[in-house]
Amino acid sequence: MKPSRIRFAETAAMGLIATVVVCCLIAAIGEMPRAANGLASEVDLHLSLTGVQNPVTAVLINFRGYDTFLELAVLVLAVWGVKAIGSDAAHDREDSTATPPSIVLTGFVRVVGPVVIVIAGYLLWVGGHSPGGAFQAGAVLAALGILLDLATIEWSTHISERSERCLQVAAVAGFLVVGTSSLFLNRTFLEFPPELASTFTLAIESAATLSIALILIALYRGGGICVARLLPPPVRERSK
Amino acid sequence: MTTVTLFASCGAVIFGIGFFGVVVCRRLLQIVIALNVMGSGVFLVLIALARRTTGGRPDPVAHSMALTGLVVAVSVTALALTLVRCRYKQTGSTDLNNR
Amino acid sequence: MVFELSVLGLVFLPLAAGITVFAVGRWGPPLTIIVGLIQPFFAAGVARSIWQNGPSRYRIGGWGAPLGIDLHVDGIGALMVLMTAVVGLMVAIYARSYFATTESEPANQSSMFWPVCLLLWTGLNALYLSGDIFNFYVALEMLVLSAVALIGLGGKPKAVDAALHYVIYAVTASLFYLMGLTLLYSMYGTVDWAILGTRVEPNFSTRCSIVLMTVGLLMKTALFPLHFWLPAAHGSAPAPASAMLSGLVLKASFFVLLRLWYNVFPYEDLRAAGDFLGILGAAAIIWGSVKAIIQQRLKLLIAYSTVAQMGYLFLFFSIPHESPYFCSAWSGTWYFAVSHACAKAAAFMAVGSLAHAAGSDQIKDMAGMAQHQPVAVFAFGLSGVSLMGLPLSGAFVAKWMLLKSTLASGHWHLTIAILAGGLMAAIYIVRVLATAFAVDSRSVRNAPAPMQWPPLILACLSAALGLVAYYPMKLLEIGAPCSAILMGVTP
Repeated sequence: MKPSRIRFAETAAMGLIATVVVCCLIAAIGEMPRAANGLASEVDLHLSLTGVQNPVTAVLINFRGYDTFLELAVLVLAVWGVKAIGSDAAHDREDSTATPPSIVLTGFVRVVGPVVIVIAGYLLWVGGHSPGGAFQAGAVLAALGILLDLATIEWSTHISERSERCLQVAAVAGFLVVGTSSLFLNRTFLEFPPELASTFTLAIESAATLSIALILIALYRGGGICVARLLPPPVRERSK
Repeated sequence: MTTVTLFASCGAVIFGIGFFGVVVCRRLLQIVIALNVMGSGVFLVLIALARRTTGGRPDPVAHSMALTGLVVAVSVTALALTLVRCRYKQTGSTDLNNR
Repeated sequence: MVFELSVLGLVFLPLAAGITVFAVGRWGPPLTIIVGLIQPFFAAGVARSIWQNGPSRYRIGGWGAPLGIDLHVDGIGALMVLMTAVVGLMVAIYARSYFATTESEPANQSSMFWPVCLLLWTGLNALYLSGDIFNFYVALEMLVLSAVALIGLGGKPKAVDAALHYVIYAVTASLFYLMGLTLLYSMYGTVDWAILGTRVEPNFSTRCSIVLMTVGLLMKTALFPLHFWLPAAHGSAPAPASAMLSGLVLKASFFVLLRLWYNVFPYEDLRAAGDFLGILGAAAIIWGSVKAIIQQRLKLLIAYSTVAQMGYLFLFFSIPHESPYFCSAWSGTWYFAVSHACAKAAAFMAVGSLAHAAGSDQIKDMAGMAQHQPVAVFAFGLSGVSLMGLPLSGAFVAKWMLLKSTLASGHWHLTIAILAGGLMAAIYIVRVLATAFAVDSRSVRNAPAPMQWPPLILACLSAALGLVAYYPMKLLEIGAPCSAILMGVTP
């Protein structure tokens, strides 16, 4: 058979498999009961003990905080993976700075930048009672970092590599500290005493916002915010 | 058919499209995007089915699972894109070989 | 108190050490080895309290299932964390001098091995101790990301290629698992597997989720014919990374699979699917062994041997639960997993030393290695004894139990696969050893002692596991699905 025929047969077979999967899934969804509360009523019952009014935040940080904890470790692992593979990211950045950005972009970033920081702070705070929280705030801050990069505004020269690394793991460390301190309060790991619950939640969320923002920016830059200093000093000729 | 089943079924279809993309595409960027499409399908099913509560507010546990899944998806995508770029630098190609 | 501290220590000590190593930027090897020295004690503490008190739970966050997340430890979990701790310690000692002597990777990239390795431990322990299927998902993702980092460590073209293949298949597999989980949660309103086990009904959505989750986990466990990503990935990673991936990481997804099948799903109704998995396992044994025999590179040989050995684990699915040998097949399968973890980690580390000494891992370059590197060759041979399943080794006891149960349940084709697999393992091991014992007078680089003794210790352990099988076997029966059936209690 010609390769193109084999390719077509493969595609058709995969299409068939995908269709079968979709049909089964739709049938399974159709079979689900019309009303199901899941764990919503359980959450509502205990929401007053968590110190926050937003049930999603309560689940993320308090009820199922352990999952969020490990998930922040996953995020940290992504940065470590990028560093372990190593992709000569500093070189990319020097290339990208070759053409100066337009004045519209820099002007826009200069106006929007401060506003974005305020929005991130607002999102972090509002997570306590309505949709919002560390992930949203972190993502917004990271977007600002990327905007600044695109406009080639140097903002990271004062961040040392050590402090960058410490801030990236701050969320995981924060969870560890909170968990251990709840052990000292004679409770199980990550159990928040109701009177301290909102403080603990805010502390973790603030640390998580910073960590998430820095991790996302580091991922965007290909491994690290101070990536240029990780590599051997550049001796490239930039004259040609 | 209720709104919930409509949205959940859309999620299933998106999942299927993503899966098809993953197994059929040869360009790495397409595969990474297809993986994300597949993930979005799962999250849509999760979120749609969380709407079946009687109390008016959707199930927050499903929402937080979707959030967790999203963060995982972001991490994996970033790592995969790094690998793609690394490979592009080394071989000049962004195709998946031996497929 | 001992139980609580040990459980928490198993998960959070490596995590704390990992972020410390990363934040400080040094101390990787010493901190990893210190953690490795402490972990076996924690694991032993968990095993001891399980032994005395039976399966135990720990409520993280104090809420309790189904709202919160519970840790659930039973016999298999305890033995798996013990295995992880011992193998992890040996790999850490080995890796320290491996990265110091072989300058194949740039230093600032190989320094990332340590934090990633510590988080890999966290992920493994979190998974083995978890009582929550969504928590399984997060832990599995930790394993995927750390495995990708370990495979791609150093960023050589082959490694990047293997890491890319691995990440695509592993993430597809995770999404299948997550889709199945979504269906289960939407149907039954809980993600705690023990509660889920009491609520599950054999309806269509449950069947869908069984298929989705099983396929996802089979991809991750590299069961034939879904194994295609494994040889390249395990064959191109640095030796200590291969040891971790082949010895430990594959067991994690298998653990989740067995957890789901025998604690959650109505497995009595899944006979046909179970028989099918058993046949795939037998096919994996044959296919993996044949491919291992024809390999020219030593690391690929060991990687294909992993494909074959994973097949043995799946024979268990075809043993009917009413069989009198069900319980011994259960213990035998897990004991096989432990024995394989030790033997395979030892084999990959020994091969790493030999490849360092010979300058390549081509089998023909191994000539004369028995003179130059006797300890590493001996370690390789001993781990081979375990892979073949010769008497006294842990694999022998395990295979014996599997043989008895497959014969008793009339699955003679699986019996043949078990015997043939042992024979073919003998062929590919002896082929390497015969080359190694050839006389050769070229000069080789010497591998330092820490690159020779850890594999030997692990190989001795796997070869001697058959002698001390009594206690682990009893431990494995704690909380096993068969013990509940024998006592007439529904799990």
